Amino acid sequence: MTAEITPDIAAKVANLSRLKLTDEELAKFTDQLSAILEHAADIEALDLEGVLPTSHPYPLKNVFRQDVVSQGATSDGNDTEKNSGEKIAAFKSSVLGVAPESEDGQFKVPPILS
Amino acid sequence: METALQIASAIKAGEASAVEVTQKHLALAKENEDLGVFLNLMEEDALATAKRIDETPDSDKQNLGPLAGVPVALKDNLCTEAVETTCASKILSGWRPPYDASVVKKLKQSDAVIIGKTNLDEFAMGSSTENSAFFPTRNPRNPEYVPGGSSGGSAAAVAAGFSPIALGSDTGGSIRQPAALCGVVGMKPTYGRVSRYGLIAFASSLDQIGPFTTDVSDAALMLQVIGGHDENDSTSIPDATPDYLESLKDQDISNLKVGVVRELSQGVSPDVSARLKEAADVLAAAGCGVEEVSVPATKYGLSAYYLIAPAEASSNLSRYDGVRYGLRETADNAEEMNIATRTKGFGDEVKRRIMLGTFALSSGYYDDYYVKAQRVRTLTINDFATAYEKFDVLLSPTSPFTAFKFGEKTADPLAMYLCDACTIPSSLAGHPAISVPFGVGDNDMPVGIQVLAPALGEMNIFRISSVLEREAPI
Amino acid sequence: MPEKDLPHNHSKHESSKDDDFEVVIGLEVHAELATKTKLFSDSANHFGDEPNTNIDPVCLGLPGSLPVLNKRAVELSIRVGIALGSTISPCTFARKNYFYPDMPKNFQTSQYDQPLNVGGSLTLASGKKIGITRAHLEEDTGKITHIGGGGRIHDAKYCLIDYNRAGVPLLEIVSEPEISSGEEAREYVKELRAILVAVEASDGKMEEGSLRVDTNISVRKKGEVELGVRTEIKNVNSLRSLLRAVEFETKRHISAIQAGEELRQETRHFNEDTGETHPLRSKEDDMDYRYFPEPDLVPLDPDEKWVEEIREQMPALPTEKRVRLKEASGADDSVIALLVSRGVDDLVDATIQAGADAAQTIKLAEQNLSDGAGKLEADAFLKVVNMLQAGELSATQVKAVLTEVIENGVDPKQVAESMGFEAMDEGELEGLVEQVISQNPDEWERYKGGDQKLVGFFVGQMMKLTQGKADGKVVTAMLSKKAAN
Repeated sequence: MTAEITPDIAAKVANLSRLKLTDEELAKFTDQLSAILEHAADIEALDLEGVLPTSHPYPLKNVFRQDVVSQGATSDGNDTEKNSGEKIAAFKSSVLGVAPESEDGQFKVPPILS
Repeated sequence: METALQIASAIKAGEASAVEVTQKHLALAKENEDLGVFLNLMEEDALATAKRIDETPDSDKQNLGPLAGVPVALKDNLCTEAVETTCASKILSGWRPPYDASVVKKLKQSDAVIIGKTNLDEFAMGSSTENSAFFPTRNPRNPEYVPGGSSGGSAAAVAAGFSPIALGSDTGGSIRQPAALCGVVGMKPTYGRVSRYGLIAFASSLDQIGPFTTDVSDAALMLQVIGGHDENDSTSIPDATPDYLESLKDQDISNLKVGVVRELSQGVSPDVSARLKEAADVLAAAGCGVEEVSVPATKYGLSAYYLIAPAEASSNLSRYDGVRYGLRETADNAEEMNIATRTKGFGDEVKRRIMLGTFALSSGYYDDYYVKAQRVRTLTINDFATAYEKFDVLLSPTSPFTAFKFGEKTADPLAMYLCDACTIPSSLAGHPAISVPFGVGDNDMPVGIQVLAPALGEMNIFRISSVLEREAPI
Repeated sequence: MPEKDLPHNHSKHESSKDDDFEVVIGLEVHAELATKTKLFSDSANHFGDEPNTNIDPVCLGLPGSLPVLNKRAVELSIRVGIALGSTISPCTFARKNYFYPDMPKNFQTSQYDQPLNVGGSLTLASGKKIGITRAHLEEDTGKITHIGGGGRIHDAKYCLIDYNRAGVPLLEIVSEPEISSGEEAREYVKELRAILVAVEASDGKMEEGSLRVDTNISVRKKGEVELGVRTEIKNVNSLRSLLRAVEFETKRHISAIQAGEELRQETRHFNEDTGETHPLRSKEDDMDYRYFPEPDLVPLDPDEKWVEEIREQMPALPTEKRVRLKEASGADDSVIALLVSRGVDDLVDATIQAGADAAQTIKLAEQNLSDGAGKLEADAFLKVVNMLQAGELSATQVKAVLTEVIENGVDPKQVAESMGFEAMDEGELEGLVEQVISQNPDEWERYKGGDQKLVGFFVGQMMKLTQGKADGKVVTAMLSKKAAN
C-alpha cells in the first residue's frame, strides 16, 4: 500500500470523475488527498488474512419485487388504475419539465463528438 | 418548549390548533433567519396542512396520526414531491422531485406538518454545515459556533425551537455529531430500519435517516413512525418495528451492562472526558454494571470510512451530469458539458471525496484501498460482536470536542474528518446509536454522550439514554 | 464475399497461405428478457412505444431512487441456465462505472465476479459442443438518436435521448472461445436464440435489438496454442451481418499477420453498408470501469427448491422437441437437421402433434419451406396436409396454396377455393387422359413399349390441359393401368 498521490494520479482521477481542475486546485487536492491516504495507512499494519470484506452491514438476501407494471404502457395496451395514460403523461412532463433541455418528448444533449 | 408528544396529544384532544402551533413555529424561524437553518421554509404548504388538521371534526381528532399537527423540519436531501430538493448543492438547485421519500410519505400519513427543508453540508459531506453551497448554519446556542454537520440545519431547527422534530441523515455521524454540538437528541437507527427510498444517496451502505428531538421519548416516537419495512428499498429490514415508547415505561435499567469503549474515549478533550465519566457514574448509580471495554478495530474506523464512503459517493454522484435534471453548463459536446457542469456544480469537499473515492476504486488501487477497508469493516463488526457478548450497550463521547468556531477546521480536511472518529465505527457496523445532551464543555457549548447497541438494539439505547437525560447536569 | 469487402488486395495465390490460419471466436450475446417490467423498477419493458413513456424514478436514476430486483427476470435467467446446463450460483450485483448520456446513473448495474449462471454448454446441430463461460444479469441503456449530419454520430448536431429501454433486463451469455468459423458463429446464435425463445426468456428479435451479439475474434497459425490478438466487434444486428463481420475481420487479421503488421486489441464497429469493421474511438482512461459491489442490492442466492420449481415449469427445449419430432416422424437426422436449419422444426412438430400425418408433413416441409415458414402456423399446415391426403389438392396445387399461406397467413381452404382448386372427378380425368393418348399415338406406343421417361411427357400434357388441376400421381396410376391393359 503506497499512500502517495502524485499530481499525475490526481489528474487521471479528476479525468475519470469528469472534473476539471486548475493547476492550483490540482496541487491542493494532490496534497490533501495524500494527507488523507497517509492517515489511512494505519490499516496497512493490520493482519487481514482470511478476513472477508463486508459490503452490506445487515445481512439480507433474495429481496425481490414482482413483475407488475405500475408506470408506463403495458404490453397489451390496457390501462390499469395504477397505470393510466394520464399518470404516464404527468410523470413524463414532470421529469421533462425539469430537464435542462428537451425536444419532442426527449432529453436533449450536445453531440457525443465534436 | 413543547415536545412532539405534547403537541400531538393537545391537538388530538382538541385543546390546541395546528394552525396556531404552526404559525408560532414559523414565526420563530422567520425571526431567526440569520441562523441559516432553512433553505426553504414551506409556509404555505405547512399552513394548508395545519388547516386541514384543524378542520377534522373534534370527534375524529383522536383518530389523527401520531404526529398530528407536529411541525417537522426535513434535511434537504430528502425528496419532497414538487418541492425543491437541493442537497445544498448548486448542481441540484431548482430540482423538484416527482415523488416523496418513503419517510416523507410516512410523516404525511402521520399528520405531521412539514415546515421546511433544512441546510446541510453539500451532499451531506462535512461536519460543520460550512460546506453548504448556499450559506452556513449557525449554532443556536451561540451563533459564533458551528452547529456540526452534515445535518446542521436540522439539529439547529430543533435546538432553536423552530420545530420539536427534524429528520436528518447519518452516514458517519451526520445526525449524532450535530445533535451533540447543538445540545439536542439525535439518533441513527440500525442500517435498514428506516427506508432510504427518497434519501439522496451519499454512501449507500452507510446512509441512514434518523430523528432530532428535544427528548428521548420523542426520538422513540419518531422511530416508531418512520421505521419499518419498505419494499422500495432492498436493504430495508423486514422485521416489524417494536413499540419503543412502551419500552420506556420500564425505567429500571439495573439489568443492563454498560461498556465504556476505551479506544473511543482516548484523544478526547478533557472537558468531554469528564462528562463521559459522569455519565458512566450516573448509569452505575442506576444499578447498571459499568466497565471499560476494548473494541480494538474502532481505532481504524476513520481510515476505513474515508475510503468506503467516498468510493460509494463517487459512483452515486456520477448521475449529476447535466443531462436529465439540475444544473447544465453549455459546451460543444456531451463529455465537455458533463465536465463543465460538474466542475461548476460541485463544491471543493464534494470534489475531494469524489476524487478520493474514484482513486480507491480505480484499477491497481482497488484491492489495497477499497477491499482492505471492507475487510476492516468486517473486523469492526467482529470486535463489536465480542464486546456485545458481555455488554448490552456501549458508551462513548459523541464528538471528541464540543462545537468549534467557523473556519477553524476548513483549511484542513483531515482535521474536519476527525470530528467523526467516535461516530464512524457504529456506522461501519450498521449499528444503532444515539447522542444525548449531557452538560456543557469549557466553552459553555453542549456535550453529547453516545449510546451504542448491536443491530436492532434500539430499545436498550432508549432506556439507557432516558436515564442519562433525566440525570444530566444542567 | 464480394471483392469490395476485402480489407486488402488479396491476390489469389495467397489464399493457400490463408489455410495455415485458424480463427478463434467467442461470443457475448445480450438477450433482452421478456419480462413485463424493468430489471429494477416497475415501468414497462415494451419495445416501440412513444419516447420516455416507460420510465420511472429508478430507471431514470433520479436522486434518491433505489433498485429492487425483478423476480421474473431471475426466473427467466435461471431457465436459460438450466437449458444450457449451467450451475445456478449464489451471486451479487456490481456497478460498472463509466459516463455516457444513455446511462441515467452513469454506472451500469451488472454482475461482475459472481454471475448467476456459471458454466454449461450449447450443442450445435452438427453435434459440436461450445462451452458457455457464464451468463449474468444486467440493465440495458436508453437510446440515443443523433440529430443532423445524416444521423451519424460523427456529424450530428445534437442528440435526443429516450429512456424507455433504460433498465430493461439483459442476460449476457458469454461463450468460451471455441467457435471456429463465421458459419459456426451463426449456428451458435441461431441455436441459442431457439433456446431463448423456447424457454420464453426472450423474443429473440435481432431486428428490434432484443438479441445483440458482440464478437470476440482472434486468428492464430494452426497448431499454435496461444491465442492471437483479439478484437471485439459490436453493432452486429443480424445473422447475415455476423457472418459477414467474422469473414471480414478474419481476413483483416490474416492479412495483417501476413504483412507483419501489428494488430491492436480494440473494439471495432461493424458497418452494415460496407461490410467492414472500423475501430471505435476510445480513451484509455475510460476503460477503468471501477467495478465494486452494488450497495443498494443484496446478494441473490437461488435455493435448490426454487430452481427445481423453475425446471418443472419450463417449456420443452429445442433439442427435446427434435427428439420428439424424430420419434414421431421416423425421419433421419439429416432431415431433422435440415428442418432445424430452416427454423421450421417447431412448426413441423406442432403440426404432427396436432394430428397431421408425420411423413407427409415432413415431406411438405422439406419441399416447400426452404425459406422458412413465414405466416404458416400449425393449424393451417395441418389443414393443408389433410387436404393433400384426402386428394382435395394436387402436389402442384399444394405448392401454390402453401406459398400463399406462408406469405399472407390466410386460411388454406379459402385459398384453395379462390384459386379454383377443386379435386377433379376421376371420370372426367380419365376422359382427358384418353384424349391425350389419342392425340399422341407415337409417344403412347413407346411408353407401352417400356419407355418410362415418357410418364413425365404425359403428365405434363395433362397439366397443360387441366391448368395444373390434375393430380400427377393419379394420372401416373391411370397411365400405367391403361398400358398394362
